[in-house]
Amino acid sequence: MKEISLHIMDLVQNSIRAKASEIEIWVWESIQENLLKIEIRDNGCGMSKEILQKVTDPFFTSRTTRKVGLGIPLFKQMVETCNGRFRIASDLGIGTQVISVLELNNIDRQPMGDIAGVMVLLISANPAIRFFYTHKTDSGQYRLDTKEIKEALGINGSYDPGILKYLKEMIYENLKEIETSS
Amino acid sequence: MTKVKSLADLKRMQEELQGKLKVRERATNPEGHVQVKVAMATCGIASGAKGVMEFMMEELDKRNIDAVITQTGCMGYCYAEPTIEVTIPGKEPVVFGYVDIRKADEIIEKYIKNGEYVDGIIPVNYESIDNK
Repeated sequence: MKEISLHIMDLVQNSIRAKASEIEIWVWESIQENLLKIEIRDNGCGMSKEILQKVTDPFFTSRTTRKVGLGIPLFKQMVETCNGRFRIASDLGIGTQVISVLELNNIDRQPMGDIAGVMVLLISANPAIRFFYTHKTDSGQYRLDTKEIKEALGINGSYDPGILKYLKEMIYENLKEIETSS
Repeated sequence: MTKVKSLADLKRMQEELQGKLKVRERATNPEGHVQVKVAMATCGIASGAKGVMEFMMEELDKRNIDAVITQTGCMGYCYAEPTIEVTIPGKEPVVFGYVDIRKADEIIEKYIKNGEYVDGIIPVNYESIDNK
């Protein structure tokens, strides 16, 4: 995984598998504070304490198709390489929360990547899930709520492929407006 | 052309699209369309499944093929990622491995359009007795 946006996409897949109906992605980039904070929260099925202790073990997975589970360990490694901290909390039947904070100017920090494209893929492939995406920088904040998009466009089921490129453009343009780093 | 920045702009673009009579009924009848499932687990994402999925979405729309494109988890073919499963209406699903943009283009042109098999198919090596 070479971009933070791909890590986010991977972690959200866990929420989707946990049958979440609402997933919140929160990114805070601050040059002044020199930190990048990423949080993913869902209202999925959650995990028991025993499973929670094992999720950072690359040789643990709940899948039956393979015997390794690398998503969380790879993300944790990326965060820790950048002098960051990683925490995961979960309650059975309530949901899961992944919180990480890392140094923004760390030389090993991966680029953010195409977060607008990642959001559009997640939204279009999972139209039944309500996604919240909040991106905060030193100069402002952008918040996206798929319920608002669906209401504005009058969409009940899946998105028309034609509209997706404009959705990506909308996210991209709004993120560009609050961008502080070059 | 001005950039799309707000929900109002997005709504305007949607109206323009509907003006071109591109109304689809995928949500009500997914079985009647080509279904493409892109494996999007850690292995898939790390191998470039995002680019493949974006390409499929864009190109199937451009080439006027009505298709439902969704994500799926790991199918166990981590060695062959990115993998996609293509189901043409009335046919058995076919899984293709090592799909890059060039291969995805070939799958659209040969398999989806003409039903012609292309290299890279992962054979079904196991069927449970329940499916018989």
